[in-house]
Formats: sequence, structure tokens, C-alpha cells
Amino acid sequence: MNRYPWWKYTIMAVALVVSLIYTIPNFYGESPAVQISVARSSAKLDEAVRSHVVAELGKAGIVPAAVLPGADTLKFRFKDVEQQIRAKDVIQHALGEDYIVALNLLSNTPDWLEKLGAKPMFLGLDLRGGVHFLLEVDMKAAVDKQLQKIGSSIRRELKDKKIRYGRVVVDRDSVSVQLRDAETVDAALAVLKKAMPDLQLTPVKADGVFRITAAYSQQALSQLKNDAVAQNITTLHNRVNELGVAEPIIQQQGEGRIVVQLPGVQDTAKAKDILGRTASLEVRMADMDPGRIMGAQNGEVPAGYELLPMAGVRQGQVESILIKKEVELTGDNIVKAEPRFDQNNNPVIGIELDSLGASIFRDLTRENLGKYMAIVLVEKGKGEVITSPRINSELGGSFVIEGGGMTVKEASDISLLVRAGSLAAPMNIVEERTIGPSLGKENIQKGFNSTLYGFLAIAIFMMIYYRVFGVVSAIALGVNVLFLLALLSMLQATLTLPGIAAIALALGMAIDSNVLINERVREEVRNGMSPQMAISEGYRHAFATILDSNVTTLIAGIALLMFGSGAVRGFAVVHCLGILTSMFSAVFFSRGLINLVYGYRRRVTSLAV
Amino acid sequence: MIEFFHIKRDIPFMSYGKLTTAISLITFVLAVFFLVFKGLNFGVEFTGGTVIELRYEQPADLQKIRVQVDTLKYGESQVQAMGTTRDVMVRLPNIKGKTSAQLSDQVLQVLKQSRPDVKVMKVEFIGPSVGEELVSHGLTALTLVCLGIIIYLAIRFEWRFAVSAVIANMHDVVIILGCFAFFQWEFSLAVLAGVLAVLGYSVNESVVVFDRIRENFHKPNMRGKSVPEIIDNAITATMSRTIITHASTEAMVLSMLIFGGAALHGFSMALTIGIVFGIYSSVLVASPLLLMLGVSRDNMVKPEVIKEEAVV
Repeated sequence: MNRYPWWKYTIMAVALVVSLIYTIPNFYGESPAVQISVARSSAKLDEAVRSHVVAELGKAGIVPAAVLPGADTLKFRFKDVEQQIRAKDVIQHALGEDYIVALNLLSNTPDWLEKLGAKPMFLGLDLRGGVHFLLEVDMKAAVDKQLQKIGSSIRRELKDKKIRYGRVVVDRDSVSVQLRDAETVDAALAVLKKAMPDLQLTPVKADGVFRITAAYSQQALSQLKNDAVAQNITTLHNRVNELGVAEPIIQQQGEGRIVVQLPGVQDTAKAKDILGRTASLEVRMADMDPGRIMGAQNGEVPAGYELLPMAGVRQGQVESILIKKEVELTGDNIVKAEPRFDQNNNPVIGIELDSLGASIFRDLTRENLGKYMAIVLVEKGKGEVITSPRINSELGGSFVIEGGGMTVKEASDISLLVRAGSLAAPMNIVEERTIGPSLGKENIQKGFNSTLYGFLAIAIFMMIYYRVFGVVSAIALGVNVLFLLALLSMLQATLTLPGIAAIALALGMAIDSNVLINERVREEVRNGMSPQMAISEGYRHAFATILDSNVTTLIAGIALLMFGSGAVRGFAVVHCLGILTSMFSAVFFSRGLINLVYGYRRRVTSLAV
Repeated sequence: MIEFFHIKRDIPFMSYGKLTTAISLITFVLAVFFLVFKGLNFGVEFTGGTVIELRYEQPADLQKIRVQVDTLKYGESQVQAMGTTRDVMVRLPNIKGKTSAQLSDQVLQVLKQSRPDVKVMKVEFIGPSVGEELVSHGLTALTLVCLGIIIYLAIRFEWRFAVSAVIANMHDVVIILGCFAFFQWEFSLAVLAGVLAVLGYSVNESVVVFDRIRENFHKPNMRGKSVPEIIDNAITATMSRTIITHASTEAMVLSMLIFGGAALHGFSMALTIGIVFGIYSSVLVASPLLLMLGVSRDNMVKPEVIKEEAVV
């Protein structure tokens, strides 16, 4: 009766082998590496780049330990950290700004294991060191910004259709436009309905008040908020790429929050500076009349204008320019910005607009032929004029900005800023954590030690107290660790320090199942059952109890998983997995071992329990 | 065979009912008292603020650090040792217009003036809005765990079992919280995880005893026994397992407490207390409660239809 059919033993063996394969990578350690990826789609990571980098490294006297081409990355492994850091500088210098060159740690897992998909566990920031930010998107500002845009679209549409309108007022959650009489309200309503189908338009025609109020529907509003978060995530991705972080994590959390984790980064100040940057490009009209500029410099700025400084003032240029406050076009409509050279080999910035931007820009340049426009870079709320060219012809969706003696570096800096995009809405940092790399190592060590010592104490006690059954219990407990580690490696779930604590606790709790079984077998023996009967009855009786107690523990685990964040979630994931693996190892696996020990003997007179 | 607990006769646990209920009530009331009057020392995750963890090469002088940090005039700041004499934690409240990076830089600068051997190990900043959410999520999780357990036990056993298990375990939770309030240990997110884990673990303990009670109700040779006797027998029979299991789990948790360092300290402390009270409550709180709620054999055993023999 205490024999498993062959397939159950097969399951045991297969489970053991598979878990071993997936656990092994965790013990290979890591070596320093440099990771190259492309910064923009036009750059390529091909054979040529690879040999170029190897040649450049050779010149500097650095020989990479291994070259690992990946799907969209190229990785070089190095002997030590010193070589790694030198190599990074060399590679960055050789490849220029089209590529992102980042320091990374690569697992030393052999190729055949990696081909099987066996990877080491993914360590959380508290174990590997780095910076963690939780950013909150300012939704009110996101909605505000959109309403401002709607305001200007309304103006444009009505102007196009030659409908006269009065003031356009942006309220908290709607935009309203003043109109002259009932007919214009109807005409404007027809025009706006066609142009903005996803807005709720409410006409007012009473008591001499004529206006149309435009507001978002609830659905459109939540869509807008989702889009704002999505756009901010994209922008953050672009900016993090500039930082050269090997494996950044940028994820939405909850409705309006974004988590950014930058493993290995220690310089929070720089990281924050780059993440929080809000550079955007604006096209506005300029007034180049020298008399008026002089007047403005003396404090007489005309209404609707402001005096903005020129960027990188050179000799013989004006220091500041009068710029209209009204924004004609923003960086949102820019699809592409890159440094180029004009026919005289002067650096310029090539700009490409989307279709809406192109149409606005065409109208603007047609209507203002001969006048001056200004390209304004707004960074941290301060505007700076990059250039203020005269409009000589009608321009479309693709044009270049000449900076009047701009250097190559400036051209590429500005295009990078513009390309990295603007945020849909400002964000606030609500949580921030910096964990030093040595603290991470220490946490791993401490977590590992406490698990090991606890495990040893339990295993030794079990072996002494329950003899053969105790040895089986200890083995089952060891197998439980193995399963848990393999599962974590397979799922690539993030392992944090609370996760390690959960592994330890899982072991402390898993032994309960074996104690229940062993005590039950003892009791059956005491009640006078034959040894074989005692084993089978002991396991049978204990199982009902084990199931009940594990389900209740699992209920607590799942609640933690659902409502926990951060540390609690890291704990809950491993806790739940640990309960599942313990059911398998403590009941199914240990029974298999007991069967192997006792099930095939002719005569068992007593059990070593 | 080594046996620590070979108990020949059933221990009359149920007759101690009055005593244990009194003890439980007193500890419970004390815990609530400390919770109300001293309150929990909430960690930075809940209150918001900045925590800076520093490490010195040589043992640090906390008093001096305190004075130096106070010269920055950031309001109510805390300086305490973390496990060793070389690890120091500085906790600062949220300050408008200052980022945590600036704060930690300034603190480091001030401290470096007198002791250049200090370095920053970890900086943590939590904004004020996050904390409220954590509290509400924590409470939701707690309620959900209780509901889930009540429902499961009500299905598997009977509502009396479910209610007494949950009351017994809430009693554990309140006592852990009371300890944290009394000693003013920091109540962090990890401690919350520990408390909720205890809830699951400790119910597990009650379930084992309940399982035995149910089994005893079904056993033919227990038919003549009264309900308290049946419960006493169940507790006695599972006694050995209870002690060994808890000792094993406690060994693991103590190992974490001793070797796990500052980061795992709160978590393992919550579990250490929770496990000790878990034994007590599941044996001496849950079972008397069960009796008080009036559990009887009829609740568990479906009345069998007794075939009457024909009288000749």
C-alpha cells in the first residue's frame, strides 16, 4: 500500500531535475559588463559597430572577456570593474551620442543553461542597490493643459470659418467661448461639433448671453488621464536612456503614479534633474523693431509681449527679444528633431512636425510672410530664444532651425532636449529611496545567513527527534527551498529582502506539515496499528489538517498580495509561492521518500519515527 | 523514540477557562490601553518624511549626532542606532521646498565636519499622501483576511469555529500591536506584513485543534464524552505537534531576529511575539470561546437515522 505508481516517482524526479537546472544560475555570480544599445532608430547595432568597438578597445589596451550580441543590445564582459569603467569611456567616445552605453552586471551562467531560459533571480533594488522613485502625475495640470489646447483650437476653427467670436475662457474643467447672437451660436456649434467630436458642447442662448461651453465627457476625461500617464512614461523612458542605466524599470502604479527604478545609479541628484526636466519648444511671433526692443529694455514692455533672452549670445547680437505671449505651436507637434548641417556646413537643427503641426505652421508662415518668428526653448518655466528667423516663404511640416552660429554641441543638445519630449503633466516625487550597493550585498548576506542557520537548526532537530522520518522531513524541507528558488528564478519575480524573509518563514511554516504527519504516524503506531498501516493512515489523516491550515494561511497571503505595495508585496509573492511549494514537498515528496524507504520491505516490524 | 510530551491523561484545559479568559482579557485591555494612550510609533512609510541610514567606520556618538542634526533646525528629528554602534538612522520630517537629496547632503555635510568616516548607506523619502493610503490598504487587507478566514472555516467546519478562531487571532494581533506601542518600536510596512502573516499562521494553529475536535466528535469511542472532555482530548493530542511546530518556526524567526540585521528586525520581532501568543490563543482562547458559543456534537455530526429493531 505504501508504493507510488511509477509516474509519481517520475514526477518527483522531473521536478527535482528541472528545479536544479533553474536554481543553478543563481550560484554562478556576476561579472562587470558594458551594454550598448541604440539611442535612436536610425543608428544600427551591426557587425561593423561590433568590430569598430573591439578595435577601439584594442587600441586602449582592453580585451573584453566576452562579446555577447543580443537582439537589440551588444554586451561586453570584462575581467574587473576597473577595466569595465575604462571600457565604457572608450566605447562612449568611439560611438558618439547615437548609442547608449551603460554599465551592467552580467550573470556568469553558462550558455547551455541560458538557452534553456534558466536565469538567476531578479533582485530588487534593496538587494542590488540603486534609486527608486515614485512619481505622482499632476492630473489637474494635465487636464488644464488639454483645455488650453482646446481653447486655441476653438479660436482657430472659428477664425477659419469666419465666425466672429468673443472671449475664450478656460475654466476648471471646461472651456467657453462668447458669441454675438443665436445664429452665430448655431453656426459655431455646427463647426465645433464637426471639429471636436469627442467633446460635450453645450450652447447657451438665454438672457442675452450667447456662448458655447466645451467639456470632456467622463469617459474622455479618464482616457485623457490614461494618455497623460502613458505619455509621461514614454518621456521618462527617453530621459532614463540618456542616463545610461542598464535595466531601468518604469511602470504605472495605480491610477496616476509611476514607479521608476534605476538599479546601480547612486547619483540621485543627477537622476532627479534629468527625470524632472521639462524642456519644451515653442514657436511664437517676435517683434524685431529696434525702437520697441529698446523701450522694452527700459521697462516698457507692450501688453501681450514679454522680453526673452537670447540663448548663447554672441558678439554683435541683441541680448533679448520681444516675443508675443501667445504660443502658436508647441513641442508636442514635433515628431523629430536632429542636428544637421546646412549647405555651408553650419550646424542646424532639423525639425519635422506631425500633420496638425504642419497645417498650423503652414498657416502661420503664410499669414506672416516677411515678419519674424521665434523658436523658444522653455526649461523649468524659463524661456530662452534659440533663434528668431525672418519668415521668407511658406513652410510645411519639415524645416530647419538656424541658430546663427550655433555650435555642433549646442545643436545636438537642443535636439536631444526637444526629442526627449515634454511631459503631458508635471510630476511630483512622492517616494524616493537610495540604497547603496554595499548595503544591498549586506542585505543578501544577512538574509541568506538567517535562512541558513534557521534551516540547520530545524533540520538537525527533526533528524534527532524523528529519526528516519526526521531525515525525510529535512530532505523535504531542503527540496522545498530548491523548488521555491527555482520557481522564483523561472517566474523572474523580483526578490527583495522581505522576499528572503518570506523564504525563511515559508521554511519555518512548511515544517508544520511534516510535524503533523510524523506526530500522526507516531500516534497511529501507539494505537496499535501495523507500521505500513500507520504510515498510510498517518498521511491520510494529516492531509486534511494540512490542507485546511494551508488554505487559511494562503487567504492571508493573497490579501497581502492584493493590498500590499512595496515591501509587503515582495513578501506576499514569495509567501504565497512558499505555501504552494510546501504542500508539494512536505506531503507528496516526503511520502514518496517514505515509500521508497519502507514501502518495498517485506516485513517492517517498527518505524523509526 | 524521543518524546518530549508523552501525556498519558488528557489535561483539563477547559476547566481553566475562567482563568485563561481573565488573563486574555487583562492582556488585551492592557494592549488596547497602550495603543490608545501611547500610540504606535509609525515608520516613515506611514508618516512621510526622510530617513537617512549612515555608517561610521568607528562606533558613533549618538548624542553628538543628535546635537549636530538639531543645529540644522529641521524640526522634530530622530537619531537612533540600528543594530550596531556603527549604524545610525536619522529621521527627519517632510520639509517644504527641500528634496531628500538636499536634506541628506546637508546632514552628511554637518556630520562630516566632526567625523569624516561617515557615509550614507540609504536614503528614503516618502511624501505625505502615501501614508494615508497605506493605512487604508492595511486595514482593508486585515478585514479581508478575517472575512476570508471566517468564510472558509464556516464552510469547512461551522460558524462557531470560524468566529472563535478569528476572535482568538485578532487578540494576537492586538497584543502584538500593544507590544509595539508599549516599547515604541517602529511600526513599519514590514511589521505590518509580519502582523498579517501572523494572522494567517495563527489561524492555522486553531485549525489543527479544530480539526481534532471535529474528528473526535465523529469517533465512536468518544461518544460518551462531554464536549469539554472532547476538546481537552483534542488539545492534548495535538499538544506535542503544537509545541514542536512552533518551536521550529520560532527558531527560524529568531534566526532572522539575530542574524537578519536592522532591515528584518521589526518584521521578525512581530513574528516572534505573534508566534508565542499564537500558541496561547489558539489553545486557551479559541477553544474556550468555542465552548462559550455553545458548540455541540449535533453541530458537527449529522444525526444518524437509527434503525429501530423490530420488537418481536
